[in-house]
Amino acid sequence: MAIKKFVQVIAKFEEDGKIIPLKVLWEDGRVFIIDRVLDMRPGVSLKVGGQGIRYTCRIQNKEVCLYYEEPKWFVEGKEKS
Amino acid sequence: MERIILHSDINSFYANVECLYHPEIRNLPVAVGGNPEKRHGIILAKNQKAKEAGVKTGEVLWQARGKCPELVVMPPNYQLYLRFSRLARKIYNRYSDQVEPFGLDEAWLDVTNSAQIHGSGRVIAEKISRDIQDELGITVSIGVSWNKIFAKFGSDYQKPNAITVITRDNYKKIVWQQEVGDLLYVGRSTKKKLIKYGIYTIGQLAQTSLDFLVLQFGKMGAVLWRFANGQDDSPVKSFDEHYNGNERILKSIGNSITTPRDLKDLQDVKLIIYMLTESVAMRLRETGCYCLTVAIHVRNKELHSFTRQVKLAKPSDLTREIAEAAIALFENNYDFSSDIRSMGVRVTDLVPDSTPIQLDLFSNEIIRVRQARLDETVDQLRKRFGNLALRRAVTIGDQMSGLDPKKDHIIHPIGYF
Repeated sequence: MAIKKFVQVIAKFEEDGKIIPLKVLWEDGRVFIIDRVLDMRPGVSLKVGGQGIRYTCRIQNKEVCLYYEEPKWFVEGKEKS
Repeated sequence: MERIILHSDINSFYANVECLYHPEIRNLPVAVGGNPEKRHGIILAKNQKAKEAGVKTGEVLWQARGKCPELVVMPPNYQLYLRFSRLARKIYNRYSDQVEPFGLDEAWLDVTNSAQIHGSGRVIAEKISRDIQDELGITVSIGVSWNKIFAKFGSDYQKPNAITVITRDNYKKIVWQQEVGDLLYVGRSTKKKLIKYGIYTIGQLAQTSLDFLVLQFGKMGAVLWRFANGQDDSPVKSFDEHYNGNERILKSIGNSITTPRDLKDLQDVKLIIYMLTESVAMRLRETGCYCLTVAIHVRNKELHSFTRQVKLAKPSDLTREIAEAAIALFENNYDFSSDIRSMGVRVTDLVPDSTPIQLDLFSNEIIRVRQARLDETVDQLRKRFGNLALRRAVTIGDQMSGLDPKKDHIIHPIGYF
């Protein structure tokens, strides 16, 4: 089962109030650069249980959903086995 | 032009929000219930599975567990529900600026003027339903009609996640067939009375003579008759989200509490009355009003309750005056024949605090002025450091002393009228 993984995010705040995430900082020190934000809209994560602004991002050629659930950011993480 | 009114009702609101946030319980019967240790142990909401097992809102937790042993009971999280309620309202606002909330989970929308842009009532209802499901992960039932009463009826008619359109062509088939108790404002006792006169369905109510209903029920009779015939023309009141839900003129301010343990003597009662009055008087001052009447509500452990009220000598917003009036009222009306389970303090007959006050020769007005200054200072301190920063000595040193009715108070559904 997927878990709700809160992450550190570096984001750009635009003049009109739009927030664009730029980088995701993983807990082990890795930094994932968001190549592109493909879509942003309010959305829910049924997998892990959460609601916020859903950014569909391209990171290393993969599509990842990053959620901004004020005031925290989370991704749908895999559970460690 | 015929109005298009929508009534949207979020299905099992609290329970479904909890299910959204806890994927692991999504397929179990879930209820949201109060804390039995604080003696708020009743079911506040339940999901579809729990409903099928016969769990009812308002039931005591152990009763519900009896019917449904695997029931998962979640503690309520009002901040989360408020957030979802706000988000839902934002979605409604995409389709109309006339949105009237009815409690946290229901709202009326007048979309008459947006039909040109967004399509017919049904189409708008479908869009809203889809938006809410996509963005909030919960479902709604929507009723579409030409008046608020039938729109509300429509949202109750099919659940969950459904849209019911009630038109002038089909209302006799849909609404009139149903039990009279399903109509808004036909409660238990009105229903009993109607049945006594052989009125079982809404259709029968609609076809009863208006004069007869007025004779039996007074002006409510006329109102119910108009409701049943779809003649309600009350407007959807638009709502200003910065104004916290009380856009109607305030009539009274009150707080009540079910205490963690029964109140056995005057000492306990005084503590609770002071605590409640602190909150009530503070809210009174925030709204810039004086009150003329103080009322108390008492419920004993047999669940018998009564209210009593008293007029103050002078309009007041002083915590001490209100509390003393409430305590005197209590002393005159209760003899502790049974322990008390819950208490409420309410102030009514509100007048603006700019109203001139008639002074008299014998009382000492200086004390009242100083008292007012003290209250003002206390308010400011509490605003900066929290409501429990400064407390009355009577409320210290008891297990109930940590209660904070001001902060914990929640908006309740407001009446239709």
